[in-house]
Amino acid sequence: MSDVTQSIKGGVKHGTARRNILPEGVFAWMLVGPAMLFIGVIVAWPLAETIRLSFMEAGLGGEKYVGLANYEDLVSSRKFHQTIVRTFYWMFLSVALKLILGLIGATLLNAAIPGRALFRVLIMPPWVIPIAIGCIGWLWLYNGYFGILSGVAQKLGIVDGPFEFLAYKTSAFYSAIVTDVWVGVPMVTLFFLAAMQGVSRDLYEAAWVDGAGRWYRFRRITIPQIMPVIVSMSLLSAIFTFNSFEIIWILTEGGPRGATTTLIVDTYKTAIGNYKFGEGSARAVIIVILLGLFSLAYLFFLNKVNKKYGAK
Amino acid sequence: MMDRYTKLQMAGIYFCVAIFLIFMLLPFFEMFMASLRPLEHLFRSPYQFWSTDFSFDAYSKMWETVPLLGRYIFNSIFIAFSVTAITMVFVVPAAYAYARLKFPFKNASLAIFLGVNMFTGAVLLIPLYRVLRSMGLLNTYWAMIVPGVAFLIPTGIWLLRSYLEKIPLELEEAAFVDGASRMYTLRRVVLPLAVPGLIVVGVAVFIGAYAQQFLFAITFNQTRELQPLPAGLYEFIGYQSVTWNEMMAAALVGVLPVMVIFLFLQKYLVAGLTAGAVKE
Repeated sequence: MSDVTQSIKGGVKHGTARRNILPEGVFAWMLVGPAMLFIGVIVAWPLAETIRLSFMEAGLGGEKYVGLANYEDLVSSRKFHQTIVRTFYWMFLSVALKLILGLIGATLLNAAIPGRALFRVLIMPPWVIPIAIGCIGWLWLYNGYFGILSGVAQKLGIVDGPFEFLAYKTSAFYSAIVTDVWVGVPMVTLFFLAAMQGVSRDLYEAAWVDGAGRWYRFRRITIPQIMPVIVSMSLLSAIFTFNSFEIIWILTEGGPRGATTTLIVDTYKTAIGNYKFGEGSARAVIIVILLGLFSLAYLFFLNKVNKKYGAK
Repeated sequence: MMDRYTKLQMAGIYFCVAIFLIFMLLPFFEMFMASLRPLEHLFRSPYQFWSTDFSFDAYSKMWETVPLLGRYIFNSIFIAFSVTAITMVFVVPAAYAYARLKFPFKNASLAIFLGVNMFTGAVLLIPLYRVLRSMGLLNTYWAMIVPGVAFLIPTGIWLLRSYLEKIPLELEEAAFVDGASRMYTLRRVVLPLAVPGLIVVGVAVFIGAYAQQFLFAITFNQTRELQPLPAGLYEFIGYQSVTWNEMMAAALVGVLPVMVIFLFLQKYLVAGLTAGAVKE
């Protein structure tokens, strides 16, 4: 056995083995195993079960094998195509806004101004409180009769009477996006801020001495330096946003007339709302495949970015 | 010098910060104003921003309207705390293994953990429901704790790993040479050094567990006494006559304890994010 020459990463050799030390691989799996087992039972097994169910017609009554019928229904359903397009539109728009606002917010909070420690604390509540509670606040904001948005709009004469933001297809969709952005921005801002504070001051000083303006320094130093963080945050945000369920569910339950139904809401409505377990599972499998493809494409892109910007 | 701003630039920055903060805090402001508004105000037209009959009555009445409010607040914190504690028990050893050890299938298994990050519970609700039912966990605290733990383990491993990697190797090597066992080294050398990192990851996991307990609660738990705050309050929204002002008061009071705790911890969190996860 190579026990006696086992080493931690550094490569220290032991000539004498006072005790019988576990092989590194065995010890490592003793440490990783419990977490893996837990994930296996609570995530991997249900995932396998979801795939099995997607070939079934299943409900409260029982299960019947139907082959690819559930998938065929989805492929030929125009409504489902619209849902996919809507989901990606939802994701891209929301993520773009989160990144832009996060970048602006982080830049503002990174500026050497009095009070920035306080401002930093004040942007965090949307992230810290339960998403559902924040949504109750937004539910009220969007209300035509007693929300402040509609109230102010009436006072300014933009609308004649109470305007229900969540009652019309277009306004409901964009309202849900605003709330989703609101939930996501604090975390993005915080990570960008942390990355910006990690950029070496020497770079800025050298550029400043050479007469580079603020905007130039931001574009040529800040952005390239934090690029790896921007890219990894956009993947994280994209996954969160794609899977965003509570916000839409509490604000609109996917309505009005399906205007805010994303894939995740559609899956929930089908499976839990209508007890169509098989059809719901087929949707879930499609979500997993789409997210998997998206992540792969992303990792490829991330690799390129890391090469270009020389991430450590 | 380089960081000096003119008065005009200063004003511009503060103006933008103000707009940013208004966006972030508007819903809280609105909830607070709504909690002061008497119920009969709701459909008064035209819209009134302020009137003299605003009062704090809702804050005393809400305890009767939402009799379990105290319980909901407790449940929320209890569930989030349990999720955090259990998650850390799984995360700490695993993160150490990924940070320090070489073992077969290391990269493949890490990829599996990170892959779990891609799902949310919403995709797996039906089979998850069946798993929890077969374990007899439905309608218990565990129904909300167990899925929470599973979906937070990957994030925890990912965050903690990058911390542990920064702890100097020499100390471990020294302990090793002195004849300490692997487990002893982990417990007595690595963990004490990792305390700041453990706090950051713990807070991050707690926020995740606290912010996202709604879905599991409404799906896996029907016992009213066990509902966390968001699910408990959501139930009232469906009612015929919602006493909105009290609902808003309850929501605000409900998140207060955690906000206060967070106020004390946020410094560590921000410092930790700056030092650890981001700057690889």
